[in-house]
Amino acid sequence: MKTLRLLSLLLLMPLVSACGVEPWVKPYERQNMADPIMSFERDPIAEGYGHHVYQAREGARGAEGGGGGGCGCN
Amino acid sequence: MVQRAVEAVAVVAIRLAFVLVLYCAAAAHGAVLPEERADAMYHRYDGGGVTVDGPSILVRKNFKETVSISGNYYVDNISSASIDVVTSGASAYKEERTEYSIGANYLYDKSILSAGYTDSDESDYQAQTYYFNISQDFFGDLTNVSLGYARGEDEVFQNGNDEFAEEISRDSYRLGVSQIVTPELILGFNYELITDEGFLNNPYRSYRYLSDPLDPEAGYQLAQEVYPKTRTSDAAAIRFRYRLPWHASAGGSYRYFTDDWGIDAHTAQIIYTHVFFENWTGDLKYRYYQQGAADFYSDLFIVSSQDDKDYRARDKELSEFTDHTLSLHLSYSRDVSNRWLDKAGISLQWDRIWFDYDNFSDLTDVNSPVGEEKLYDFEADVFKILFTAWY
Repeated sequence: MKTLRLLSLLLLMPLVSACGVEPWVKPYERQNMADPIMSFERDPIAEGYGHHVYQAREGARGAEGGGGGGCGCN
Repeated sequence: MVQRAVEAVAVVAIRLAFVLVLYCAAAAHGAVLPEERADAMYHRYDGGGVTVDGPSILVRKNFKETVSISGNYYVDNISSASIDVVTSGASAYKEERTEYSIGANYLYDKSILSAGYTDSDESDYQAQTYYFNISQDFFGDLTNVSLGYARGEDEVFQNGNDEFAEEISRDSYRLGVSQIVTPELILGFNYELITDEGFLNNPYRSYRYLSDPLDPEAGYQLAQEVYPKTRTSDAAAIRFRYRLPWHASAGGSYRYFTDDWGIDAHTAQIIYTHVFFENWTGDLKYRYYQQGAADFYSDLFIVSSQDDKDYRARDKELSEFTDHTLSLHLSYSRDVSNRWLDKAGISLQWDRIWFDYDNFSDLTDVNSPVGEEKLYDFEADVFKILFTAWY
């Protein structure tokens, strides 16, 4: 039982510490992240169209990021 | 005994983790709604005997800093004389697909709740999709987690055959995590599980089989494809963006895909983005894609399907192939000082895609013996011109 408690504590430690830790990138250090060139999807309809082009011609699908409901096409 | 103990620990840990995550989330800083913008795009795909073009218009408006509404109108004008159409003996055809989407985002405390609906209409295919998404920032906005669900309900028809009507239902479950690692580096992870049920093949497509299994010189015959009624796929992707010391960024991504039809696929992409003369942005992108064939794919079957579980497909999309894409995008945007607009921009985007098939033959090569035709390949160009207004 003692071992189990110890194991539980070890498993939870990273989460507890993550909660308590101050963000290591401060808000004033995030101006680079606000730059559009750091965005994964700068132009949503152009990116969505790009996914549609591949979805219609490749077997793979999904995990492209972004929201939405898929291309609704055959 | 040991296994039970480990399971008990895991359950306790997961429950406590969930409580902690909620607690930490409550302490996190708030999220922001998507930016208000309107886009008008003309798109054109040209390759392999197929041309698809049309407009796409997206408008997004925010209200009281808590609600964002968007609407999208999209059209595909399709003109097709593809290898599949030509070799099946059918005539080239034209058709139009129209798609309407609406979406809403609601910023509540530290979360963004999203929902939307898409309707797609073609003469022989109609699709409705609903989606829900929740995203939340954690740990001082450094981490964002999103969960999503989408439900699709499609109806499949066949032009020229009024008695043909089939259905497809589709469920999609998504998980996304993005993480700011340093002031210059952001990472993203996405996972998506999709299940389909219904009529999953294209009613116009055929497979081919030998007229006489013992004599290939007797030629081949065509028959309508036979697909499984269900499909389940998993896709997992990682991606990053790194801000370079000059006004530029580099990025990359990798996606692994697998499904219960036997297809495994790898997608990798690298991108370099550079800002120059203050208002100009250039993107140079390379994308690599490779997939293995579905278990029931064959370029040439020996015999025809014996029953509805004896699956047969000869779609090039299910064959083994590789494609490469090279993209060049050039954008210009500038601040506009008037009461209606904050910024305006234009973007020109060109992609060249090379498709190389490893076991899909070009059946227009009628001079070669059956089963020894040359392999098919083609190139496609994709053009986009995009006008954007931010307000």
